[in-house]
Amino acid sequence: MALIDVPLSRSGFGQTQRVDNWWVQPLVVFCVLSAFILYSTWAALQGQHYRFGPYLSPFYSPELFGADGWFGRMPTWMPVSVTAAMLILWAPGGFRVTCYYYRGAYYKAFWADPPSCTVGEPRKTYLGERSFPLIVQNIHRYFLYLALLFLVILTRDVWNAFWFNGRFGIGVGTLVLLTNLALLSSYTFGCHSFRHLVGGFRDRLAGASSRKRVYDCVSCLNRRHMLFAWCSLFSVAFADLYVRMCSMGLWTDWRII
Amino acid sequence: MATATFRIWRGEKGQGKFQDYTTEVSTGMVVLDAVHQIQAEHAGDLAVRWNCKAGKCGSCSAEINGMPKLMCMTRLNSLPLDQPVTVEPMKAFPHMRDLVTDVSWNYKVKQRIPKFQPRKPDAEDGTWRIAPEDVERVQEFRKCIECYLCQDVCHVLRDHQMHEQFIGPRFLVFAAALEMHPLDVGDRVEELRKQFGIGLCNITKCCTKVCPEGITITDNAIIPLKELVVDRYFDPLSKLFRVFSHTKA
Repeated sequence: MALIDVPLSRSGFGQTQRVDNWWVQPLVVFCVLSAFILYSTWAALQGQHYRFGPYLSPFYSPELFGADGWFGRMPTWMPVSVTAAMLILWAPGGFRVTCYYYRGAYYKAFWADPPSCTVGEPRKTYLGERSFPLIVQNIHRYFLYLALLFLVILTRDVWNAFWFNGRFGIGVGTLVLLTNLALLSSYTFGCHSFRHLVGGFRDRLAGASSRKRVYDCVSCLNRRHMLFAWCSLFSVAFADLYVRMCSMGLWTDWRII
Repeated sequence: MATATFRIWRGEKGQGKFQDYTTEVSTGMVVLDAVHQIQAEHAGDLAVRWNCKAGKCGSCSAEINGMPKLMCMTRLNSLPLDQPVTVEPMKAFPHMRDLVTDVSWNYKVKQRIPKFQPRKPDAEDGTWRIAPEDVERVQEFRKCIECYLCQDVCHVLRDHQMHEQFIGPRFLVFAAALEMHPLDVGDRVEELRKQFGIGLCNITKCCTKVCPEGITITDNAIIPLKELVVDRYFDPLSKLFRVFSHTKA
């Protein structure tokens, strides 16, 4: 027997009684995410100007193949158009694409599913994240594992950014990379999957005080997950831009110490 | 005295139209006050469901200027009164008359959720011991007043009308309160995935936005339940890790 036996009316696309500017938020999300995708794709395709002194752009870290690559120069069988960034960016990119916060944001901004709360949708059919393709979003925690690995690598990059020709120093670039690391860490450690893995899966945490403390810390970051998602998005793009501009000689990296 | 115009949905069983009523408004009034005033002055047959007038019974749920809200908790000074204020019934449920909808579908859904199953008593006198910090997490969910505004705003129910396949945010919160309860040993993960349609939620967070009790529905209830489903069906690695580390939920 059907649970609902009276036909309900369905709103047309964009139809709503809302009187506020509901379209502003999805539009801003659409513009900012599109700008980030365009910039990061462009930067990843360049294959140059990603190092300046002790600084390494986060888009190119870890540099698997290249002049200072972990495994030496790019193999000859690799197409010349492939850059070091293209080999690694899928991992942090995948982490953001499958992130619970971003999912909600881009479903609204890019798919209008829905365009905003109580605003009519363009499509009648709906699959959700229950079946292919969006069921793939469930691999988010595997991207989390990779993102945690990237944080270790970026920490090493920040450490390297303190050493100028073997001598300790601090430049504006050092602070840019350090800020980026702090924001990326706040975003990654506030991840919903991380929160679940460190203690959320348990009903009882009273007997495990250290686990409870970690869970509380992660929950605290999780409450600001949206904030850190956006801040870290800007910081990672700016860190690349900073290194790139300095490397091209357009900006000067001021030394503080 | 200042006046304001209210554009109220009038009709039966989904058929009807908006009708404008102008009435006097004063400081401190809420939408429900204005609707009652209109009922007294202009439309004695206007159907509206209400009870406590204190935001605790969840009876006066409606859509005010297009957003699901409790009429008794929506102050007029929070609305732009230079234009008509629209008041209409919730759209995710069958319409009965004027501002009243039939929310009985929710009662049927609640009956489908496996009940609380406590573990064996901790003490010889047949009672349990619970640490305060373990109860903290589920206390938030107990604030729910079952106004069904979250159900109304959810596009899976409202726009896609998948009432047969999706239980909605309210009952995901209810299931989370049971699943995360420190005494409960019941397992609802399979039902959550297969019958309750948790995969249909695409995390728009609209339910969290409209909750009059401020329950963080998406982040604290739905996503943790989605993660339990991932544990069971999509992550053999962490399952294996927990087997070897002897970690139990």
